Parts: sequence; structure tokens; C-alpha cells
Amino acid sequence: MSEKIDFNSLLYSPDKAPLNVLDPEGNVVNPDLMPDLDNDQLVELFKQMLWARILNDRSTKLNRQGRLGFFAPTAGEEASQIGSNFAMEKDDFLLPAYRDVPQLILHGLPLSKAFLWSLGHVDGNKYPDEFQAMPPQIIIGAQYVQTAGVALGLKIKGSKNVAYTYTGDGGTSQGDFYEGINFTGAYKAPALFMVQNNKYAISVPRKVQTAAPTLAQKAVAAGIPGIQVDGMDALAVYSAAKQSRDWITAGNGPVLIETLTYRYGPHTLSGDDPKRYRTKDEEEEWHAKDPLTRMRNFLEKKKLWDDDQEKAWTDDVNQQIDAAIEEAEKAEEQKVSDFLKTTYVDAPPAIQEEIDEYTAKEND
Amino acid sequence: MAKMTMIKAINAALDEEIKRDDKVLVFGEDVGKNGGVFRATEDLQANNGEDRVFDTPLAESGIIGLATGLALEGFRPVPELQFFGFVFEAMDEIAGQISREPFRMGGTRKMPITIRAAFGGGVHTPELHSDSLEGLITQTPGIRVVVPSNPYDAKGLMISAIRSDDPVLFLEHMKLYRSFKEEVPDEAYTVPLDKADVKRDGQDVTIITYGAMVRDSLAAADELAKEGIDTEVVDLRTISPLDHETILNSVKKTGHVVLVQEAQKQAGVSGQVAALIAEEGILSLDAPIGRVSAPDTPYPFSMAEDAWLPNQTDIINKVKEIVNF
Repeated sequence: MSEKIDFNSLLYSPDKAPLNVLDPEGNVVNPDLMPDLDNDQLVELFKQMLWARILNDRSTKLNRQGRLGFFAPTAGEEASQIGSNFAMEKDDFLLPAYRDVPQLILHGLPLSKAFLWSLGHVDGNKYPDEFQAMPPQIIIGAQYVQTAGVALGLKIKGSKNVAYTYTGDGGTSQGDFYEGINFTGAYKAPALFMVQNNKYAISVPRKVQTAAPTLAQKAVAAGIPGIQVDGMDALAVYSAAKQSRDWITAGNGPVLIETLTYRYGPHTLSGDDPKRYRTKDEEEEWHAKDPLTRMRNFLEKKKLWDDDQEKAWTDDVNQQIDAAIEEAEKAEEQKVSDFLKTTYVDAPPAIQEEIDEYTAKEND
Repeated sequence: MAKMTMIKAINAALDEEIKRDDKVLVFGEDVGKNGGVFRATEDLQANNGEDRVFDTPLAESGIIGLATGLALEGFRPVPELQFFGFVFEAMDEIAGQISREPFRMGGTRKMPITIRAAFGGGVHTPELHSDSLEGLITQTPGIRVVVPSNPYDAKGLMISAIRSDDPVLFLEHMKLYRSFKEEVPDEAYTVPLDKADVKRDGQDVTIITYGAMVRDSLAAADELAKEGIDTEVVDLRTISPLDHETILNSVKKTGHVVLVQEAQKQAGVSGQVAALIAEEGILSLDAPIGRVSAPDTPYPFSMAEDAWLPNQTDIINKVKEIVNF
């Protein structure tokens, strides 16, 4: 059905509701936006979302047990993260932010490496040459200006791929956010900019970031298309991302998509307590919009999913996670001499002195 | 060989590298059709095309972010920051991103980027054009900082910087751009990174300096020679990481050292050089380490530059003080 969608009909306008396909019961309420996915793909999309939820829950536990380090919860954002990533291709270049680890893994990063990244081990960031991605970006906005460069590089090379990147609602206030979309627009370079609006930047509500009624309309300042989508609806997010990707690869330049979503957990597991700034009512309201429930209801109605499948897949994912954390825990101790050796490709003599000094110490 | 100003030498180096390697891209504010606000990129776009030499929107973080992304796509970017006083806008991309990337990814990616920027006093610029901010980046592991003092070094160092697989910050002193000409070979040649250069041999005292202060130090050395003081002048060229060997060998030989920089005393690299000498060369010293630098205020209003900037007289006085300690 997607070939019928007019890209311009997706664009944000002040009087338009966020794009939506499914209602909370999993009924298709907007058939015009229903993406062109076959049954296997629909099931695969849901399996990835369920995988991400299980990964979130297990990562939280592993963090509490001290078996993982830095972790930014993702539960509630599966439609936004997985739905958009599902529309991208293997050789598209992903520049994730710190919360976008699920997309990175689905794009090809081994799970054990994602765990090593969380733990703070360099092996988690050693990427094969052909892997088109960067490690999660900690400096909010930096991934946006870098996406401009990757996208321009793709354009110069005549590539058919796109660069895609993510930030949150708070991130839209950064200078690099604006510079990134503006540069890419000026060069008409192939990039998809995702803004995952989960209503809070740590404790600061979205309304404190800007008086703009939507974040999608920030695209206007760069002269590029902006789309606002129900970020709890995987089919709507997928549709918006897929249509945008097609439009971008046709040589039209970048697109900005805002997904309206919610994180059920804290900002990170490094001490944030959402009870200080969110109400129970609000949390319940968003749990009622759960992206997994919605997608599961949709698939069950189509007889594409049942409890047995859910149990089998859950067991499978848990085993993947067990194996990955065990693998990560086998990583060798990091050496200062190795850090020094990778600080420069060609070590200056002053650095070589330090390499020799630390190597001698390590061999003692 | 042809007589060239430093700006011409830089222009020639860029043109040769763009032609030699199709991955080299030159970009920044007004570097295209306009040829740069100092003409450093004059004719480069006309001769090499808009795909290789192009203008950018006016945003420094965006420019260096663009370089980062292009490097990830296999290019060899040579971005320009119009004046180095504008580096604050791009500090994250330089110090937080590019400099860390190869380390951060365990050596699986490289950042072969050469960031060019004009700086330096003595030409009555408006605010935040002339500040010597090199010390900010010399404190950043993972990036080299290069400051040429003459046309020959500028061309050779620029070619080395562009060919290096590591990021380089290449600072061009505005007063040196066209204040004198020097013989520069027509063909491509390299001057090695990480190597200081003894610009004048001497036995009594070592001046360690870089940038525009090299010329002032050489002139001071000529004056000092008339009074029987034989001065060695070391031009650091790569100011980070430092060339320990050349610095320590010279100090060992003369036993007296004066560090000369245009930056404020609390800035620049003299503090780092002094620490190195204190750490590894103190037994060679016959006197304390002398320092010539600017006062610890923000860069002065342009009419006050002469009173504020370190000069030849300051150097001569400090050398005499140290030699006669």
C-alpha cells in the first residue's frame, strides 16, 4: 500500500494529529498509512520490539547486579526505535545517541559488544570496517552535525544509502541539532533525523525546552520536511521512516521525524528517580498506549502471533542475553599501552616514550 | 624554486594535495569562489571544482562536524576555521570528538583531518581574531598542533599534515602570511611532523619558541651576538606533542633556556616545555628557566597591541637576565 502514499501528505501542519495507524486495541484506524509489509515482516518487526523490551528488562537487572555499567532504559520506546530502524537498510549509516543501543544491535553490533560498551570496555567499540555505524554518542547533538558529514560523503560518492541518527526532545535545544539539519538541508544530502520525544529530558519537561508546539516544525528552520508521528505505534513510525527514506534516496535531501513516545523507566540507571517529576496518572496513561500491546493485539487478530510463540521467543532472547553477557565477561583486561597505541595512528616520539614506559610496567 | 609568501606556500600545498589525492576536500566559510578571506584558497575551486573546494554555512561546529562525518566516509577533509578565536564554537567537535575517535573505537577508525585556522597578533584585528588559543588544543590527546614560522616550513608541514592519518590542527599566524618571501620548491615536499628545528645554532643560551616569535627571536639573537651572547633558536613547529629530544639536547648544550611565546603566560605551551626541562633536563641548567610571554589578560584592544605583545626587546632583556644569572 505504501506506493500510494503521497509523501507530502505525511508532513507536519499545525492542525494535523500525529500520524497513526493502530489504535490501542490493535485495530487499523488509518488504512491509507498501513505499510506494505508482508506477514513475515510484521511478525519480525514485533519480534524485534519484544526482543528490545526483554533486553531492557534484563539489562536493568544486570545493571542492578553490577554485571552491566551505564544503561539508559528503552522500555516504551520500542515503536519509535525499532519501527524506524526496521525501515533502514544494512548499508545505511547509523549515528545513535546513548539510548539507541537496540538499533545499533539490530543494525549489526553483536550483543556482547553492546554489553562491553555499557561496561566501559574498548572492545565494545571496535567495529569492523564494513559496519556502517558509530558507537552511541554521549554529547547530545554531536551525532547530528556528524550525520551531516556522513550524508554529504554518501552524496559525493553517489551512494544509494542514507545516514540516520537519533536524539531526544531535550536535544532539539542544542546548537548542533539545528546546525546538523541546516547543513544537510543546504547540501541536500541524504539523511534521516529522528527526534524521539519522550516528554522529558531527565526531569525537564518538553514544554521547558521550547515554546514551539511541535518539535517536527523545527524542520521549517532548515527548509526541510518535518513529520510528527505517534511514537507508540510501530506501523506508523515504520511508514513515516520508510516513506522518508524513499524520498531521501530519490535525491530530495533530508527529513526530520518527531516520534511522540514515552520511557517507562528512569532517564538512566545512574540515580535518576522519575517519581520526582512524573505522576502515576501520567505513567498509567502511557502504559495504556504500550507499543508492544498494540502490535501484539494487531498480530493476534490476524492470527500471526500467540502465547506459545511469545514464550518460545522470550526463552530464545533470554538465552541470547545469557550467552552475550558471558561472552562480554570474558573480555581481556584493558591495557594502558593499547590506549596509547590507538591515540594516534602514527605515534609521535613523545607518545612512543609513554608506550614503552607502560609496556614495561605491564610486563613486570 | 620561487620566492613565495607563506600564504602562497600554503595555497600551493593545498593545490598539490587536492590534485594528488581525490579524497582531499577543502571547505569552510568563503573558501570557495572568494578564495578565502586571506586568499589562502585562491583559485583552488576554479582549478579543482566545486566538489573538492566548497563553501559552508556559517557555523563552526557544523563545519568540523562535517569533517568528522566525511572522514568516516573515507575522505581526507581540510576544513578551515576563519579565525581561531572562533574555535570555542567547535571545541566539542575538535577536542570532544575528532581527537578521541581513533582511541574511542580501539583503532578501528581514523580521522585524517587537517583543520586550518588563522591567528596571531600585530595586525590590528577586531576582537577574538588574534588570540593565541593553541594551548587549549595542546592539552588534548589525539591531535597534533602545528604552527609554521616561515613559507618553506608552511608548505612542507601542510603537506605532511594532510597526508597524516591523524588529525592535525594547523595554525597560521596572520602577521607571517605576507610579511616576507622565501625560496620554496615548486614540487611537493614534506617537512616532518613531531620535529622541532634548530633555526640558529648557539652555545650560550637556548630560546625555544614557535610561530611569529621565531622571527623576533632570530632578530634578538643577532642583536645578542653583537654583545657576545651566542644564542641557539629552536622552532618547535609541532607544538603538541613536543619534540623532547631536540629540546633537551639544546638545553644540555647551553645550560640556559628562555621560552618565548606570544600567548599569555598561563596559556600557550611554555609551561609544558618548562615542565619537561625541569623533569628531564634540570641538571643541565645553570640558571632558572626564563619565560617571555604576554600578560595574563584577555587579548588587548587593537590600539594597545604594541604595549601588550611580547617583542624583540623583551626577548633580549630576558636572555641577558638568564645568561647573567
